[in-house]
Amino acid sequence: MGGEVIFFLEIVISGVMAGVMYALVALGFVLIFKASGIFNFAQGVMCLFAALALYDFMAPGGWVDRWFGFTFPVWMAIVLTIGVMVVVAWLIERLVLQHLVKQEPIILFMATLGLAYVLEGVGDILFGSDVKPLDIGIPQGASDWALDNYGIYVEKLELVAAITGAVLVTILGIFFHRTRIGRALRAVADDHQAALSVGISLRTIWVIVWSVSGIVALVAGIMWGSKSGVQFSLSLIALKALPVLILGGFTSVPGAIVGGLIIGVGEKLAEVYLGPFVGGAIENWFAYMLALVFLLFRPQGLFGERIIERV
Amino acid sequence: MFYREAGQFKTSYIADQSILPIAQDRVFVFGFMAVAFLGVPWFIDSYWANAIFVPFLAYALAAIGLNLLTGYCGQVSLGTGGFMAVGAFATFKLITLFPDLNLIIVILLSGAITAAVGVLFGIPSLRIKGFYLAVATLAAQFFLVWLFNKVGWFFNYSPTGQITMPSVEMFGVLVTGPSASPAARYLFCLGFVVLFALAAKNIVRGRVGRSWMAIRDMDIAAELIGIRPLAAKLSAFAVSSFYIGMAGALYFGVWLGSAEPIEAFGVEQSFLVLFMIIIGGLGSILGSVLGAAFMTLMPIFLKNFMVDGLAVEVVTAKHVEITLMGVLIVFFLIVEPHGLARMWQILKEKLRLWPFPY
Amino acid sequence: MMFKRLTGALIGATLALPAVVSTASAYELVIPSLDYRTGPYAPNGIPFANGYHDYLMMLNERDGGIEGVKVKLVQCETAYNTKQGVECYEKTKDTPPSRALVYQPLSTGITYQIIPKASVDKIPVHSMGYGRTSAANGKVFEWIFNFPATYWDQAAVLVKYIGEKEGGMDKLKGKKIALVYHNSAYGKEPIRTLEKAAEKFGFELMLLAVDHPGQEQKATWLQIRRERPDWVLMWGWGVMNQVAIKEASSIRYPMDHFIGVWWSGSENDVLPAGDGAHGYLSGAFHAPGDNFPAHDDIKKHVYDKGKAQGERDRIGEVLYNRGLIAAVYASEAIRNAMKIHKTKEITPAMMRDGIESLDLTEARLKELGLPGFTIPVKITCANHAGPRKVALQQWDAKAKKWSFVTDYYDTMNDIVDPLIQEDSAQYAKENNIKPRDC
Repeated sequence: MGGEVIFFLEIVISGVMAGVMYALVALGFVLIFKASGIFNFAQGVMCLFAALALYDFMAPGGWVDRWFGFTFPVWMAIVLTIGVMVVVAWLIERLVLQHLVKQEPIILFMATLGLAYVLEGVGDILFGSDVKPLDIGIPQGASDWALDNYGIYVEKLELVAAITGAVLVTILGIFFHRTRIGRALRAVADDHQAALSVGISLRTIWVIVWSVSGIVALVAGIMWGSKSGVQFSLSLIALKALPVLILGGFTSVPGAIVGGLIIGVGEKLAEVYLGPFVGGAIENWFAYMLALVFLLFRPQGLFGERIIERV
Repeated sequence: MFYREAGQFKTSYIADQSILPIAQDRVFVFGFMAVAFLGVPWFIDSYWANAIFVPFLAYALAAIGLNLLTGYCGQVSLGTGGFMAVGAFATFKLITLFPDLNLIIVILLSGAITAAVGVLFGIPSLRIKGFYLAVATLAAQFFLVWLFNKVGWFFNYSPTGQITMPSVEMFGVLVTGPSASPAARYLFCLGFVVLFALAAKNIVRGRVGRSWMAIRDMDIAAELIGIRPLAAKLSAFAVSSFYIGMAGALYFGVWLGSAEPIEAFGVEQSFLVLFMIIIGGLGSILGSVLGAAFMTLMPIFLKNFMVDGLAVEVVTAKHVEITLMGVLIVFFLIVEPHGLARMWQILKEKLRLWPFPY
Repeated sequence: MMFKRLTGALIGATLALPAVVSTASAYELVIPSLDYRTGPYAPNGIPFANGYHDYLMMLNERDGGIEGVKVKLVQCETAYNTKQGVECYEKTKDTPPSRALVYQPLSTGITYQIIPKASVDKIPVHSMGYGRTSAANGKVFEWIFNFPATYWDQAAVLVKYIGEKEGGMDKLKGKKIALVYHNSAYGKEPIRTLEKAAEKFGFELMLLAVDHPGQEQKATWLQIRRERPDWVLMWGWGVMNQVAIKEASSIRYPMDHFIGVWWSGSENDVLPAGDGAHGYLSGAFHAPGDNFPAHDDIKKHVYDKGKAQGERDRIGEVLYNRGLIAAVYASEAIRNAMKIHKTKEITPAMMRDGIESLDLTEARLKELGLPGFTIPVKITCANHAGPRKVALQQWDAKAKKWSFVTDYYDTMNDIVDPLIQEDSAQYAKENNIKPRDC
């Protein structure tokens, strides 16, 4: 293969990988939006919070270490962090959402901003603001096999992320479409009151959904945290997930993945082939422009539910 | 007891339609204005001007602008930071190209330029709605900031891309630049905000404002009763961007004095202004101002309260401040989801019945 | 009810606002410290703030202050955010009794904000190796100092180092050097210098911008992988550093050909990349490590007494030492000001004179317990950037240590000086400043 072709391939591959990484974050948004119509501004901070908690369970000098004098192995730490995210979800439902049933989406959106502030502040107070190198044993660096045999550069961490993402989407897809809870979730998404009147407990559903999206946040937090160390900037990846979200549609789990792939590949190609002509660093706005162009043709996103309006 | 409109009769439609139909309101508002214009300037020092009043006023203007679009016309926009950047850079270019131009004209022109840009980025709103539109306006946000960061012409080819506001006089008094007196800055911004808040109040009471609200409440229905969505939506984008552009000009010119696009006009700015209008009250001019006050002043109050009042360590204070901001936001939303403006109304209702509520 | 309670709280907060509670009877030296221990850049801000704090506290504890006058360190949190920086500046500038003596703004954005304001308020600003480079011209920037070296000097030195490694400056011809930079005012600083150098030495310059915050740099590094530049320079900050170093090691870029600015060369930046970061280089103007007598004094007088803000095992990190040296400059300038004006109650204006005639020799550094810690600094009325020398340090991933690999290089005056002249002249013109005679 010629150098240019390989280079093109590399860009596409890395775009795909980056796309999956974005999709991991976007998934969390989708889950909550689907079940409660809330655009969860706090999703990015939840990733950060989950990663911080995970690190703290494992790290020497964390709370566990200081109080009990030992640290947890990776798998235990992950289980415990999932527990923490469930508690967080329960608290959110108890203290916030319960009081805001039937409010307009934009009000709920604002409430999640408050949540983001609280999680950020509490995270800082509990865990400090230093960079925490997160290593839970995910292989990192270039894949030697691909590089030596084919001269193609593939990042191992992102490969793991891609596989995890695919697995996660499959599970979530089954969860949403094949289980009782999944159906209840979709009913709640359609209409809070109608769901209530057929006997679905809104509160349980919300706790479940926020827990699941907390777990998704943990996965995203692990992937991004392994890449750059756990630190405040982790919460800013939410911004990279937004174009993915609109492109795929707010309500579609597969949409998040497909959207992620299109955005990932699109922005990388644009940056490499278009960037040099206009001065570079166009990735950010290009992703949004791309999403915008798609939206002009499909205003509800690629896989979003059709918006039906009646007078 | 004091706040009662009994006995105040309206004898003409004009009197009935006035902005402040109740005498006590008029007294209160005019009194408040008198204090703001005549009282405060005597006491204001550079901390109060540069850290509190000027940023508050600049944000208030931006919030009014965004509220016209989001609160009255129902189009959620997250391009505010980008549009403020347009206003700021337009001011910078105009003032450096034509140093003799009056600053008021410069700011109005900057607003007009921003309005044009706003209309351009408002076109997708004809097809895209709700949160999809919000995220689509982020395209404007990121693109504009990138543009101002990249193209040398906008920042006069300074080596770092920073733009710096020269010192400009109004009626022989410096209002921008480091030597401008706190009172001059404050009064200049206050004048703008009061004037344009009044204008906004009248726009939303008029035909244009009503067509916006019709679109907001249900655009298909509005179309059926003869409101053209194209004209209504784009006019909302234009007017809103005009306000936001002027706010950007004040923000950069009078307050900061120098700015670099990514930091000063980043996406955080867009979110901040949106949060102001939600917490203040969508579809309320007063709400915009209250929301701006809440989001800009509350952190400073909390911080000063903790650091100076309770002698908390600075870092801890900051963390607690962030947490408390979050708690307060959630608390306010639970108590009154329709914002501070609605709370103000309820207070007035209560006052009306006081001291015999039954 | 709710509303009333809120108004009550608001009024309470308002009353607490003016921070002017002068209880101290004795004269104190007010030094504001604009920290950022929160926000996306907190990992970099924390060690610096600790170093600055600890050294000044150590002086208070060990010597009872500077020449017997206590230092009053006023901390204010900026979160590396310009707007909060402005608030902090306004809040702290008139702190009694001495008013703010010197500002260390710690962010390019805040520095640009403060430059015109401080010049009007007559408070010296020491943007140590950052901020506006042309402030090196003391004739125009009376109140602003940026010693011991500027970004432009550093860019020139890095080119010099590359030339040396390539076997002579003439060998640079036809080479390709990439600059990966934070897409902000800070990151753009070296571009003009490098362009001039590229013109002069005939190397090719490749510019790659990375947007804030910089977690996703795949496209950038794939371009580097394709173009294979001979050297990569980086002007990064925050999470961008960690990701870049990791990406560089992933694409197997030779780390000893990858050089960061001095803000991209701390422990935080290289640790997440693990062994991959071995051999990475960065600029520096002071030594790393905690093996100086001054550090022992800090441990003894600050940490043992429980007055520290940081953790003991992080003393001596690169950014900690940077905060420390900033505090050394400030305290030495105060001493100098006291000597010149023959009073212990110095004002910001006296402080300015103190900084402007600062002469920190190696002998004095030794007295301070910092032998060989940094280059001697001599400031004059015309030259506010001091020695303008930069050295390079290298990361050893096995020992987890930075160590110096070169001596201090001189800047390239023929490239940098005209640029400084040009930019400061433009500033003077824009702001109607008549350059002083020096």
